[in-house]
Amino acid sequence: MANPAEFLQEDLADGGQILRLSGSFTIALIGDVDGRLRDLSANVRKIDLSAVEHMDTVGAWLVHRTAREFDSEIVGAGKDASRLLQAVSSADQTDIPPRPHPPSFERFLAEVGHGVVSSFTTLLRFLGFVGQVVKASFILAMNPGRFRWHAVVQHFDMVGVRALGIIGLMSFLIGIVIAQQGAVQLRQFGAEVFTINLIGRLTFRELGILMTAIMVAGRSGSAFAAQIGTMKITEEIDAMRTIGVVPAEALVVPRVIAAVMMMPLLGIFASLMSVIGGGLLCWVVLEIPPATFVQRLREVTPMTDFWIGMIKAPVFGAIIAMAGCFQGMQVHGNAEQVGLKTTAAVVQAIFLVIVLDAFFAIFFSEIGWN
Amino acid sequence: MDQPNIISVQGLCNSFGEQVIHQDLNLEVRRGEILGVVGGSGTGKSVLMRSIIGLQEPVAGKIRVFDEGMIGKEEDEASDVRRRWGVLFQGGALFSTLTVAENVQVPLREFYPDFSKALLDEIAHYKIYLSGLPADAAHKFPSELSGGMRKRAGLARALAMDPELLFLDEPTAGLDPIGASNFDNLTRDLKETLGLTVFLITHDLDTLYAICDRVAVLADQKVIAVGAIEELLAIDHPWINEYFSGPRGRAARRGHDKHNNNPQPELHQPGRS
Repeated sequence: MANPAEFLQEDLADGGQILRLSGSFTIALIGDVDGRLRDLSANVRKIDLSAVEHMDTVGAWLVHRTAREFDSEIVGAGKDASRLLQAVSSADQTDIPPRPHPPSFERFLAEVGHGVVSSFTTLLRFLGFVGQVVKASFILAMNPGRFRWHAVVQHFDMVGVRALGIIGLMSFLIGIVIAQQGAVQLRQFGAEVFTINLIGRLTFRELGILMTAIMVAGRSGSAFAAQIGTMKITEEIDAMRTIGVVPAEALVVPRVIAAVMMMPLLGIFASLMSVIGGGLLCWVVLEIPPATFVQRLREVTPMTDFWIGMIKAPVFGAIIAMAGCFQGMQVHGNAEQVGLKTTAAVVQAIFLVIVLDAFFAIFFSEIGWN
Repeated sequence: MDQPNIISVQGLCNSFGEQVIHQDLNLEVRRGEILGVVGGSGTGKSVLMRSIIGLQEPVAGKIRVFDEGMIGKEEDEASDVRRRWGVLFQGGALFSTLTVAENVQVPLREFYPDFSKALLDEIAHYKIYLSGLPADAAHKFPSELSGGMRKRAGLARALAMDPELLFLDEPTAGLDPIGASNFDNLTRDLKETLGLTVFLITHDLDTLYAICDRVAVLADQKVIAVGAIEELLAIDHPWINEYFSGPRGRAARRGHDKHNNNPQPELHQPGRS
């Protein structure tokens, strides 16, 4: 077994000191020798390597650095050691530029500045992107032959059909939660029967569509961003452009159309599942039979609630698909960007959906659709 | 300790589902040599390397590296073998969130947590320079480097631990001819200076002629021949004949002969390229 690296200081006859190195000057056995060599304060005139058993570049570096610091002479180096010393000394960079590291306050200001600038440029780019999509849609409407039916149908499947299971289950459970909470609260006033109002109005008007939109943003908006972002990295989108295929026509419009068409259908489905969940709870807990539940539901839920949902759904679908495709198109560089932009797509889509939902809520109340 | 073979592969079998990649493959890598591994696309050169370094679990066979069996070792096992080898992946495989210097320091920090920050920085800097990168590359992120620089940075990381054994997966692929021959010189210089053993997968005939001591040919799911290029030329196998005697093979050979007949005084300065 090799001995660990070690050194001794000896005084020379004509002043100064000689370092006598011994053991293995290799990365695994260097131990604390680095720190001790750094702390040397004596005038080292010579470094003797004759007792060194084995050396690698780390050991050679330590010897070289010490010799450079004290301007000392290296003696007793074997053939291998001399070669290593020559290699590391030729690679010695005394003028390494330190890594730029501005003070934290400066960095904070810079980050705020970057943030402000990038949100404005993102907004501008998003507007430009929406413009592109609208233009592409018009061109496609004029030339229906170029429309990619196949892609749209494929996205119907991905956005709509494959989401039925999870959206159905989620809505069913939300219906149960609304009914259960409503029943508990309204029981205090002996008004359990109003639970049905709560279920009917809340699901059709608000929650059915909103929860569906959030689910679609998480499922499909993110998928759009990741798909397009990956195509961007693998230069598929550049290839399309050089062939003469407009990415907005080929990639974005089919996805937006699929989302716009699927959102209302998913919204209806989600609302129905919520009503079924709520009805089930009313039946089991409040002992309201299904027939009575349906009759009462039809009395208290105005048709306008359904229309409000159906007006909102395609708008949300368009927002989600556009945010996803837009963020996908913003990817450039490496795979990490795909992850970042996918997250951004979902956050942006859900944020915009909720802002618009608030706007719609006030709007429809103002026009008297209470 | 001083066994002549650093790597020994015996009876290796690899398959993906129905597709058999290796069938009873044998290979030995000797201490201190540069072994080139060649073979057509899809003959399992990278799979062989991945099997040796433990990224691919073979169906059958024995693999010994530094006289230690590698089959069935988990990531946290055989760490004293892992610290004695360095691997350069095809694309460099640099950690994209770290700078080049931090990339080089990853293995050092992992195995030697006691090293001071100053020493880590010094080691990273001379390794980066030894790998042929300019000093200011140390603080750059992989996304700011060109493909060739990324390979050099990957090499710097592979060399971080002063390995005895270096795996290079197509190091010159995607480099321009000047960059490729610089990389060849660099590999040879490092091998001579640091006493490395190199396992080198390549398609580059010039690399084979310039730096490889022996060449292993992969075909028909096994290593059909190992030897110096002159020995391989004497073997009568359709793929070997076509490979070394095709137009590119002949050109590389002519270039090599010419170079040997008019030896230029060369200043091998590591880092200068």
